[in-house]
Amino acid sequence: MRIVVCIKQVPDTAEVKINRETGTLVREGVPSIINPYDMHAIEAALALRESLSGKVTAITMGPPQAEAALREAISMGVDDGLLVTGREFAGADTLATSRALSGAIKAAGADLIICGKQAIDGDTAQVGPEVAEFLDIPHVSYVRKIVEAGPGSIKVERLMDEGVDVVQAELPALITVVRELNTPRLPSLKGKMNAKKAEIKKLSASEIGLTPEVVGFNGSPTQVKKIFTPEPRCGRRVLEGGIEGQVEALIKELMEKKCL
Amino acid sequence: MDYFLSEEQVMIKELARQIAVEKVVPVRQELDEKEEFPWDIMRVLASSDLFGLFIPEEFGGFGKGSFELAIAVEELSAACLGVSTTYAANALGTYPILLFGTPEQKKRYLPDIAAGRKLVAFGLTEANAGSDAGGIQTTARPEGDHYVLNGTKQWITNGGEAEIYTVIALTDKAKGARGASAFIVEKGAAGFSFGKKEKKMGIRASATRELVFEDCRIPRENILGREGMGFIVAMKTLDSSRVGVGAQGVGVAQGAFDEAVKFARSRVQFGHPIIGFQAIQHMLADMATDIEAARALVYQTARFIDSGAKDVTKASAMAKLFATDMAMRVTTNALQVMGGSGYMREYPVEKMMRDAKILQIYEGTNQIQRNVIAQNLIKEAAKAK
Repeated sequence: MRIVVCIKQVPDTAEVKINRETGTLVREGVPSIINPYDMHAIEAALALRESLSGKVTAITMGPPQAEAALREAISMGVDDGLLVTGREFAGADTLATSRALSGAIKAAGADLIICGKQAIDGDTAQVGPEVAEFLDIPHVSYVRKIVEAGPGSIKVERLMDEGVDVVQAELPALITVVRELNTPRLPSLKGKMNAKKAEIKKLSASEIGLTPEVVGFNGSPTQVKKIFTPEPRCGRRVLEGGIEGQVEALIKELMEKKCL
Repeated sequence: MDYFLSEEQVMIKELARQIAVEKVVPVRQELDEKEEFPWDIMRVLASSDLFGLFIPEEFGGFGKGSFELAIAVEELSAACLGVSTTYAANALGTYPILLFGTPEQKKRYLPDIAAGRKLVAFGLTEANAGSDAGGIQTTARPEGDHYVLNGTKQWITNGGEAEIYTVIALTDKAKGARGASAFIVEKGAAGFSFGKKEKKMGIRASATRELVFEDCRIPRENILGREGMGFIVAMKTLDSSRVGVGAQGVGVAQGAFDEAVKFARSRVQFGHPIIGFQAIQHMLADMATDIEAARALVYQTARFIDSGAKDVTKASAMAKLFATDMAMRVTTNALQVMGGSGYMREYPVEKMMRDAKILQIYEGTNQIQRNVIAQNLIKEAAKAK
């Protein structure tokens, strides 16, 4: 089975700080990691390859340094990496990103595409499904278990707010995966050595059959008007006294505020 | 300090550290308290290829040496000595096969060891043969196509968990140490069983058991080297592995030191973080210097061994002695810097201090290391005349 994993290099949000003036992330000195949900996508792809054989390709769109994310994927066992890169891709929203990724996936060819459910920086959860729309193939999001895979179809469990759907889809298809699916493996020494040597293929817009007008900032209908940090709400009060007094005071307060 | 590691050595270090941080640190306290063998971590080490580091490529390993093994052991030790003891004892048990195995024996055992499919243990110590390895009483009697083993090995690391055992037994009682031979015994051999699991002060994730041989018949081809070479097999094995114990010392000391620094920066007394006080600063400065000196000695000794040097006995004894006495000192002082907090099981340093103690004892007590060093000094002085 030919599997493509879409990954994104994101700032390690555990380390990130926010510039209060501009409302944007301070990227300087913050380590970049593979989006944690994408790690589960990689693990799923590798596990499928182990049981079905085939090939796993990781694709990302980003600046040249995003190559590091692809190499990390290779160190875990992914066969090769494709980097969609160029100035023309900068400033992309989810639509332009999905268009570019789908172009690269067409070029690579895939029976199954696996994405993390969302990226921890943008948190939109839109790119996976949008890629499927561009490719005109079925997609299942929030997959927590792959029940059966191939040939010709895939059966998965989709995590819903209340319970689980069991969904079958014709291949080629795209799935987005949640954390419950698996535990991502660590790299192996052989993988790390492969990653060091691996040649990462770079693709520009023209190489995936797209014009500069439909990718990056130009191809993005979403325009960010303003970024701000909501003012912290004040008025915190600590009730004092014995536990019964506190409960009474709390109930009185809540009733006054019409919360009860 | 920069030790000019190669690209591959840096990869090994990073990988071992990643495993230590992500897989060992979160569970080390639980493993210690439950005295639970770290199978999950062994599986991670296996899938990450780290069991094959020092095994030749033709047998599925990476063909690296003591140095690369020391780097991996050091990183794991910074997280948990119980885990790193399990990993390092596997190498200890493998060395007799690596150093003295026939091509057939290597082909039969090394690929499984390199892939981490089978763990190995080394059986030398007995109730009456500790520092005096010549006092062993386990016998191996030739009988047709077999050897018949009888006796009990004591305090064997990885005992019961390992599949492959390299064991020293007497083939000729009258000759004492010169009558010892080395054998490969597989788990499941008839007449081979395990005694109770020992309860220990530290390294409690590692398994320590008796190996019991009662008319245990093993095929004749399981002898390593020739009859009478057992003592040489044991000594050469320990020459290769001791530097790894030194690496454990460097690792656990670094782990404890890092905790002490972190604590000293955040603990406020008399209105200042205690790292601002000279009493603490001098302790930390001494600890850092101690660790770096030991690391330099351990790394250089490992490189000396890997250079193919003929006689590494003195160097490896020095590396083991210095780095493990250092580890006891540094873990003790790291705990002291942390005061009452250090003594609490909420912090990892009391465990590190308990764990470090074994390093001064196993694979030859540090008193025996001094004997070994002194014997070599006497030999060298006699030669110089």
